[in-house]
Amino acid sequence: MRYFLRFVLIILIICPRSALATWAFNMPVGVTNTSQDIYGLHMTIFYICVAIAIVVFGVMFWSIFHHRKSKGAQAAQFHGSVLVEIIWTIIPIVILVVMAIPATKTLIDMYDTAESDIDIQITGYQWKWHYKYIGEDIDFFSSLSTPQDEIHNKTTKNPNYLLEVDNALVLPINKKIRFLFTSNDVIHAWWVPDLAVKKDAIPGFINESWTRINKTGTYRGQCAELCGMHHGFMPVVVQAVTEAEYESWLQQQKTAKLAELASVQKEWGMDELMTTGAIVYQTNCAACHQAKGQGMPPIFPALSGSAIALGDVAEHINIVVNGRQGTAMAAYGKQLSAVEIAAVITYERNSWDNKTGDIVTPADIQSVIDN
Amino acid sequence: MYEQTETADHHGPAKGLMRWVLTTNHKDIGTLYLIFSLIMFFIGGTMAFVIRAELFQPGLQLVMPEFFNQMTTMHGLIMIFGAVMPAFVGLANWQIPLMIGAPDMALPRLNNWSFWILPFAFSMLLYTLFMEGGAPNFGWTAYAPLSTTYAPPSVTFFIFAVHMMGISSIMGAINVIVTIFNMRAPGMGLMQMPMFVWTWLITAFLLIAVMPVLAAVVTMMLMDIHFGTSFFNAAGGGDPVLYQHVFWFFAHPEVYIMVLPAFGVVSQIIPAFSRKPLFGYTSMVYATAAIAIMSFVVWAHHMFTVGMPLAGELFFMYSTMLIAIPTGVKIFNWVGTMFKGSMTFETPMLFSVAFIVLFTIGGLSGIMLAIAPADFQYQDTYFVVAHFHYVLVPGSVFGIFAAVYYWLPKWCGRMYNEPMGQLHFWLSIIGVNLTFFPMHFVGLAGMPRRIPDYALQFADFNMVTSIGAFLFGATQLLFVYNVIKTIRSGEKAQQKPWEGAEGLEWTVPSPAPYHTFTRPPAGS
Amino acid sequence: MKLFIKPSTPSGLIAIVVLMFAFGFMLVPLYSVFCEITGLNGKTSGQYQGALTNEVNDNARNITVQFVANRNANLSWPFTPQQEVMELKLGERKVTSFRVVNTSNKAVVAQAVPSVSPSAAASHLHKIECFCFEQQALGPSETKDMPLVFFIDESLPKGINKLTLSYTLFDITGSDLVDM
Repeated sequence: MRYFLRFVLIILIICPRSALATWAFNMPVGVTNTSQDIYGLHMTIFYICVAIAIVVFGVMFWSIFHHRKSKGAQAAQFHGSVLVEIIWTIIPIVILVVMAIPATKTLIDMYDTAESDIDIQITGYQWKWHYKYIGEDIDFFSSLSTPQDEIHNKTTKNPNYLLEVDNALVLPINKKIRFLFTSNDVIHAWWVPDLAVKKDAIPGFINESWTRINKTGTYRGQCAELCGMHHGFMPVVVQAVTEAEYESWLQQQKTAKLAELASVQKEWGMDELMTTGAIVYQTNCAACHQAKGQGMPPIFPALSGSAIALGDVAEHINIVVNGRQGTAMAAYGKQLSAVEIAAVITYERNSWDNKTGDIVTPADIQSVIDN
Repeated sequence: MYEQTETADHHGPAKGLMRWVLTTNHKDIGTLYLIFSLIMFFIGGTMAFVIRAELFQPGLQLVMPEFFNQMTTMHGLIMIFGAVMPAFVGLANWQIPLMIGAPDMALPRLNNWSFWILPFAFSMLLYTLFMEGGAPNFGWTAYAPLSTTYAPPSVTFFIFAVHMMGISSIMGAINVIVTIFNMRAPGMGLMQMPMFVWTWLITAFLLIAVMPVLAAVVTMMLMDIHFGTSFFNAAGGGDPVLYQHVFWFFAHPEVYIMVLPAFGVVSQIIPAFSRKPLFGYTSMVYATAAIAIMSFVVWAHHMFTVGMPLAGELFFMYSTMLIAIPTGVKIFNWVGTMFKGSMTFETPMLFSVAFIVLFTIGGLSGIMLAIAPADFQYQDTYFVVAHFHYVLVPGSVFGIFAAVYYWLPKWCGRMYNEPMGQLHFWLSIIGVNLTFFPMHFVGLAGMPRRIPDYALQFADFNMVTSIGAFLFGATQLLFVYNVIKTIRSGEKAQQKPWEGAEGLEWTVPSPAPYHTFTRPPAGS
Repeated sequence: MKLFIKPSTPSGLIAIVVLMFAFGFMLVPLYSVFCEITGLNGKTSGQYQGALTNEVNDNARNITVQFVANRNANLSWPFTPQQEVMELKLGERKVTSFRVVNTSNKAVVAQAVPSVSPSAAASHLHKIECFCFEQQALGPSETKDMPLVFFIDESLPKGINKLTLSYTLFDITGSDLVDM
């Protein structure tokens, strides 16, 4: 069956796709066996539908042309025909049964998550993804990295507009990857068209799916379930690399994690905090509080000139770490490291109209988190 | 507008505004529903305009993402519950008694209440736009917990509006069923009824079966939000996916509720303008009933990516593919009706023919969506948006237009302006296809739905879509103008303005007297 | 067949309406029962009520179990499994635990909700003792190691050699869900 599907697929690929690939109007063939099977099913059912349409509309338009009163046509008076009804009931049934067979095979295959080489837990957050490599001590958030200025039409949009993130999910090719999906808050859905993986991420439950990527490259997708305000702003980026590259990436991540832990205790100066803080702010805060801290009152308070950013540091830290119940302000203590939180708070207290001169260090934040 | 009859019945309509508040006359109530529906079409259309204006280009230009989500949600709710459904109820009210030879609906006072609930329900719903936190922003499908734990305060008003509107639909459906079962003219057995009556009878049964389930699920939402229950909250032992199952158990039959009456309209108009009987009447009745029954066992095809076990996915894939069969049979029967007819193409026929072609396109994309593995790439993309807009706009809405053009002469005794009707038709066809056809492409290319901004590769087709939408929206003003002008000063219409038309409604004068069939018509 | 409900009368139709409204609510327990019997949606059953044995079948299959800890919404207290991965034999009773640290200075109440993947494995996972059976009260700054005692029965389908048990921790302090 798989060979049959591949054969059909090759025929279908040769015809329309090559010339029109840049027009972005068809499903991608993708880089997994599943995505290619699905593309084949899609094109097959599409061509069947086109054939049905040609036949039905053909008869109809011919009839419109020839059986017009203005052409002198006399109306026949037949009421129906049981034979005809039977024929045009049976033929569609046969067509559908024939379609159902390869579709069933592909679906069974898509559900076979056994014998995976790598397991990744994917958690949907409002409004970013979190990836955890099970069995390795590696996990991180993946947030939209398109600058707010591009979104608000102040600068030109780059080619990967809305489809780029700060930390991509790095995966090796030719390995079976099993995904476990859940959500931190509302239902999200993780989708990468080139892999043909889409699954709902449901709070309190885990779902699973799998993939085996055949080709290195960068594959981009988006959240596919309305999840609130920034549903359109939480893309997925998968970086598929060779096994060797993957192994060295794993090593880098582990080293970076150790460095991160060490950096909490070291001395941080204003410049370093501001630089890091600007990046953290852009990625995590600017979507709501806006690039110049002006916010969008009343829903998103301004930070520039705000009582909190200018007042008690402990209260400012509390809001960032623990969030604000009943509002969209999340508990970033759960999502950002002590370094990132210290940097962004320092940044907020020393940017735009705010010039407190306050420095908040990672050690300060760590002691709040450890309580 | 109404003329006195010559029988012993001497009541004309009451005078003044209170006539409309207190009326129990099926013609008045039909008119009220149709006017209400038209207003709601423009309100829902305005929301579509906001959506398409924002999506005209990539980037955020006009509205915040939060407000955009309110627009998409309200656009869906208003079009489904405020425009399409009331329009068909309006058609039912006007036409069912006339077509079965009954003097009125079986429960006239219930009929009045059924209508007047709607302005209250929708005032409540529209008011939420001005509340703190804004209108409902979780999609018309309102999945939990976005619509429960994470919802704005207006969700409670949304729930009450849905309850009120559900009660209205249920009462209307009861009225329709009791009327059709008990008040048909002597000699009109069930298998002699016009197809419009048959499709409404079946639609009414769907309504009383599933609107209560919608009421149940929004009540569960209300309880989760305000009374500490955990139907959809995992923390208390509940499950967000339960919401989806119960919701779609209602909402799938709901989409057939929205289209079966249009099937009925087309089944009246095609034979009339082909001057030929409907091909396969019995088959059409059984096919409609089959669609209705099968509509109860396909709901989870809206949930193929939710993580259902394989057996469930396969079952729903098969049942969804099968429901295409009776739908296809109906399409073939319409073509069979046209075939070897003697056709003319006045406006009602134009809209009906366009219905057949464009609804079929929507139906074919539906077959594609039924293929569960492929659906993993289609689900929650613009491909789905394209599919349902094809079946709803050049489907249901064109059916409504066709019905209005067809029966307006009977309602008001005047002919509409035919060239203007044809212009409305051609501009609508162009508008509808420019708007919704490109959505297939961007959906396949990877554009998700319910997003206010999109990646650059989707830009060109989105611009085309927006232009089509502006054109389509503006064209409807032509329709309103035509209707109003007709009612006020159109040319007088004959009793039977359409040569090939059949049915009891054409045996009464145009305009139809305020009270018709006060005595049953002679048996056939 | 004579119907008790006459669909040609208003009262008959209202009866159908009421029945369908009730049916909507009946779907709730129906769904629960359906899920528990079939293990759909990864829903595990409640506390294991059957017989326990200390014997281990040496010929039983070895499988891998992964443990995952999630924290819902703004809950930021560290919640971690004692071990992420465990090898075991089918039928063998195993013990592990999850640690939660209440980093706030207030008393809190948490509810853990389990979920198993693949869902076909869910009905074969039997929890003898689980911190998910009860709400967990934590004092200010308290650290708690919450035990899990379980086994996977030998009728686990042949194709499944790895399964994941996930817990999501919900903060239910002060909510209507807290048992008092």
